[in-house]
Amino acid sequence: MKLDSRIPSGPIEQKWDKCKFDMKLVNPANKRKYNIIVVGTGLAGGSAAATLGELGYNVKAFCFQDSPRRAHSIAAQGGINAAKNYQNDGDSIYRLFYDTVKGGDFRAREANVYRLAQISVNIIDQCVAQGVPFAREYGGLLANRSFGGAQVSRTFYARGQTGQQLLLGCYQALERQVNAGRVTMYPRTEMLDLIVIDGKARGIVTRDLVTGKIETHLADLVVLGTGGYGNVFYLSTNAKGSNATAIWRAHRKGALIANPCFTQIHPTCIPVSGDYQSKLTLMSESLRNDGRIWVPVQKGDKRSPGQIPEAERDYYLERRYPSFGNLVPRDVASRAAKGVCDEGRGVGSTGLGVYLDFSDSINRLGRNVIAERYGNLFEMYERITGEDPYSVPMRIYPAIHYTMGGLWVDYRLMSTIPGLFVIGEANFSDHGANRLGASALMQGLADGYFILPYTVGDYLANTKLDKISADHPEVKRVEQEVAASVKKLLSIGGKRSVDSFHRELGKLMWDHCGMARNATGLRLAQGKIAELEQEYWKNLSVPGSGEELNQSLEKAARVADFFELAQLMCRDALEREESSGGHFREEHQTPEGEALRNDDDFCYAAAWQWQGKGNRHTLHKEALEFEYVHLTQRSYK
Amino acid sequence: MELNLTLNVWRQKNAASPGRMVAYKVRANEHMSFLEMLDVLNEDLIAKGEEPIAFDHDCREGICGSCGFLVNGIAHGPLPGTTVCQLHMRHFRNGEELWLEPWRAAAFPVVKDLVVDRGAFDRIIAAGGYVSVAAGSAPDANAVPIPKKDADLAMDAAQCIGCGACVAACPNASASLFLSAKVSHLGMLPQGQPERHQRVTNMVARANQELFGSCTNIGECEAVCPKNIRLEFIARMNRDFIKSSWIFRNDRVAGGGE
Amino acid sequence: LHSARHMSAATNTISARAEKPSFLATTIGKKVVMAATGMILFGFVTGHMLGNLQIYLGPDKLNAYAHFLQSNLGLLWGARTVLLLSVVLHISMAIQLAALKSKARPIAYQKKANAGSSYASRTMLWSGPILFAFIVYHLLHFTIGSAHPDFREGSVYHNVVSGFQQPLVSIAYIVAMLLLGIHLHHGVWSMFQSIGVSHPRYTPMLKRFALMATIGIVAGNISIPLSVLTGLVN
Ligand SMILES: Cc1cc2nc3c(=O)[nH]c(=O)nc-3n(C[C@H](O)[C@H](O)[C@H](O)COP(=O)(O)OP(=O)(O)OC[C@H]3O[C@@H](n4cnc5c(N)ncnc54)[C@H](O)[C@@H]3O)c2cc1C
Ligand code: HEM
Ligand code: HEM
Ligand code: SF4
Ligand code: F3S
Ligand code: FES
Repeated sequence: MKLDSRIPSGPIEQKWDKCKFDMKLVNPANKRKYNIIVVGTGLAGGSAAATLGELGYNVKAFCFQDSPRRAHSIAAQGGINAAKNYQNDGDSIYRLFYDTVKGGDFRAREANVYRLAQISVNIIDQCVAQGVPFAREYGGLLANRSFGGAQVSRTFYARGQTGQQLLLGCYQALERQVNAGRVTMYPRTEMLDLIVIDGKARGIVTRDLVTGKIETHLADLVVLGTGGYGNVFYLSTNAKGSNATAIWRAHRKGALIANPCFTQIHPTCIPVSGDYQSKLTLMSESLRNDGRIWVPVQKGDKRSPGQIPEAERDYYLERRYPSFGNLVPRDVASRAAKGVCDEGRGVGSTGLGVYLDFSDSINRLGRNVIAERYGNLFEMYERITGEDPYSVPMRIYPAIHYTMGGLWVDYRLMSTIPGLFVIGEANFSDHGANRLGASALMQGLADGYFILPYTVGDYLANTKLDKISADHPEVKRVEQEVAASVKKLLSIGGKRSVDSFHRELGKLMWDHCGMARNATGLRLAQGKIAELEQEYWKNLSVPGSGEELNQSLEKAARVADFFELAQLMCRDALEREESSGGHFREEHQTPEGEALRNDDDFCYAAAWQWQGKGNRHTLHKEALEFEYVHLTQRSYK
Repeated sequence: MELNLTLNVWRQKNAASPGRMVAYKVRANEHMSFLEMLDVLNEDLIAKGEEPIAFDHDCREGICGSCGFLVNGIAHGPLPGTTVCQLHMRHFRNGEELWLEPWRAAAFPVVKDLVVDRGAFDRIIAAGGYVSVAAGSAPDANAVPIPKKDADLAMDAAQCIGCGACVAACPNASASLFLSAKVSHLGMLPQGQPERHQRVTNMVARANQELFGSCTNIGECEAVCPKNIRLEFIARMNRDFIKSSWIFRNDRVAGGGE
Repeated sequence: LHSARHMSAATNTISARAEKPSFLATTIGKKVVMAATGMILFGFVTGHMLGNLQIYLGPDKLNAYAHFLQSNLGLLWGARTVLLLSVVLHISMAIQLAALKSKARPIAYQKKANAGSSYASRTMLWSGPILFAFIVYHLLHFTIGSAHPDFREGSVYHNVVSGFQQPLVSIAYIVAMLLLGIHLHHGVWSMFQSIGVSHPRYTPMLKRFALMATIGIVAGNISIPLSVLTGLVN
């Protein structure tokens, strides 16, 4: 198979305009004759469904939550980037493009990233027009902050609830289309398989999570905006329901998955407090601006932080990175924390945590200033841990946060299955090996509001789509497959709960395919995952029936897919014999222990093809060229 | 600290069948969140081959609005301004007995156990809780300055997570606080002005159709709202509604859909 | 309608095309009527209380006052119709809200606690009707006289004093006044909220005013049976 990324020719500034001009249009009268399925109502899916409905297509939208408004995008805190340069501090489309490619450690497609930077400006206009209450200055104009170590203030935010406000904007636009009769919304409905006929995506098979009914929905094309798969690690900052099922079932039907091992770990999360822990909570990165990170010098020092004298504290980031100190990028800070904890110097009951200490800045700036800057975060921390960060240093630890990998898509966001489009975190995205803060919201909305609506039209205008009846043999076959797989999960009749397996899988992934990876560990993990998966199919217990709301059953299907995905992630991590962005191979580091990229051999996107259960995936490479941002090694010394 | 608790949980197979309170014993510890405590109980139940307790949840960060049930008669439990997923066990005493009940309202039929159907909220938003703006048609984001205090007030209202606790706590099962949050959020921004009056008319009409009760200004909703949405917004909505009813007094049709 | 989980325009019949419900058909519309009539009733009880206090100025003054009211037929019947209309509207709205209340929550909670509402606000539907019952009795007692053992047409002072000299009657009045207090304490603030008058700074003041006014009305009224019982007025 040859991967054609369909990147338009010409200078990077003109590629998108050229593409838009070259694409065919569907005449307005014909739009209503086309049926489009959008799976997912997050920023990506929600904006896409609303916009396609607006344009006049017949849209069916799906989500597993009880309302489209609850998609995981709602949880995004920090903000959304846009190259508006309202602060007149030297930002530009080109700079946002440059920062994103560099931040992605040169593993993203230049053309896509440039388009993303171009569109970022329209997104803010669109959201403000929808009534998104972004933070404002006293003059009444929009406020910005600098985020994730960027030198310019290009991040727009709505208190600590940016994702929520952006999503409500999409959601309201979506509901407006529901009211107008353009969109039919299917909440509490989970996609369990993709229907491919004559090589084209023509529909999905779903399970109604309330009645258990297995249903088929046919259409002229299918869009997946189903989010990231960080929950393969069990513990992550993702919502509990976030899963890989939609993309994985599409993958099994022929869509390639690119760079699955590229996962982002966020350095400042509230540590695990016990084995009952169900998810991890993010603490905004901005805390590192005023907090100092340290651990005791001695191993297993169980004294309370207050009793540990200055001399016996190791401010390891300041020590190792004198110039960047506590502000080193996410991946570096995360690995350093893991390092000291592996040495047995971690703090807290589990020994998996480091101190984030504000006492110095409180003495220097006064409690009020700190309260003003981080008051709400300190509250959230105290609510969860019961400790007062003003008097006791915070305990933080890295956590899985985002997955850069996903279904491979070309410049027009179409996967390797014609008629299957993938948007938002679900695709392998524009973030390369590491995502910059505040750029995922941007990407989801760019895809949904401003890219997909064009490229979908071109596909429809150029493709001959025969009418398909609900009793087409392939449709029936997939329906039966799905029904059978549901039955199978219910009939194992073992002893162990889904969560107990998921926890164990997550632990394996975290230990061997997490912050730092090496060949031995990855091979070990592959073996153990295989064993665990075998036990899963023998010893799983799913109470209840399939004809009702059955949350164990929902989880069981998702975890089954996580097992297969986990295997592929390890394989991908194993084959990528370099360290880049979120992917750190211990074998490939500089003498100072920094990530060492290998551009000669690995300057490509690794796209994996499913070859059937039990068979090894085959690897396809999309070579990445860097004409505008030149390949350089990052350094924070 | 170990906590040995007795839980009385509402169990109901589905919307059709009747439900009842069932007592369970559970060993928790003070660091768990309330939902993690339920996870532990559910693991026990599964181990015994029994069906776990169904409850809605997703973000477990107090932002998605999925979670919510009554703990000892109070929506989202005893801690003010906190969703039940953010409520931690250290706020309970060893040996305590707790009652867990789903939201109860005609407009929120029980789906199973503690899970209810809040689709009525979506239908209310669909009836007018938006600004009509096609993608691509927006002017520059800074074209219309908005006084900071207006934007902040709009944000106060916009924080509503659509959890439904206000309805659950209201003796009249009124959705006024939820309604007023959206009506106020959009009604206070310049972008929301053109449709301001149709919006409130249609949304209130919809809420009435959904069989939510009337607001008699009792204030339980404000007390349990995890996002501290204020009664003041209900007055604002009433004001807008009265105005719009006057403006459209001769119209046969509500308008505002498109 | 509620079972329509798959949401499309069909399940969302209120749309651009739908009929606009009449003002009074909406919950807010009903509340506005309650507020307006409540306002009138509040005005009446205030004025009526002040009028009643003239009992302390002696028989002549009070009787004269009553006579003045009775003699001016236009004013009298004007006021009576407005009052009657208000009570009728007020009550009919209240009954509709009460009906809606039970429709909106058919299955009651097994355990429900109050997180932050006043007793008065939760009991409006009790204090109101009892108040109504009082009014009926009160009219038979002091206006028509049929419920008064020794009723003398025109000599209001006598009627009141002799009426209140029966301890049971006085007690009934006092209880009724306390209920009135409860009803007004919430009502007087609530009617402003209902018509959309609310302000972070002034609403607390309004609530204080509601309390003061209520106490004034209740105290003023209660003082009368008390002073009769204690012989201050005879
Ligand atoms: C705690 C946190 C904070 C973050 N903060 C920021 C930030 O400040 N800035 C930023 O840019 N990014 C941030 N991110 C990342 C960003 O929020 C996400 O990457 C982005 O919101 C993903 O949006 P999405 O639309 O692609 O997917 P999601 O929002 O996850 O939506 C997925 C949708 O797909 C549906 N779905 C999934 N599977 C199925 C299925 N099988 N069947 C039917 N429906 C399905 C779900 O119901 C849901 O509607 C943050 C992420 C986290 C976890
Ligand atoms: C059968 C008789 C009555 C009933 C059932 C009744 C019931 C109610 C109810 C349910 C409310 C609404 C509470 C709210 O929305 O906050 C209310 C409000 C009010 N009532 Fe009554 N009431 C009755 C008689 C009276 C009388 C006799 C008075 C005056 C003396 C009165 C004065 C008020 C006032 C001022 C309000 C506030 C208006 C509002 O909140 O909109 N009511 N009443
Ligand atoms: C202790 C308190 C009260 C006293 C002593 C009192 C006294 C009286 C008297 C003497 C009359 C007859 C006046 C006349 O015939 O000219 C009267 C009439 C009336 N009172 Fe009261 N009253 C009291 C409280 C109330 C209250 C609380 C209400 C209403 C909630 C009320 C409603 C009326 C009405 C409607 C009338 C009839 C007025 C008319 O003639 O149309 N009273 N009252
Ligand atoms: S107003 Fe408050 S309680 Fe009601 S839905 Fe919104 S957040 Fe929940
Ligand atoms: S509790 Fe109910 S009565 Fe009104 S003020 Fe809140 S909605
Ligand atoms: S689970 Fe999202 S708010 Fe509680």
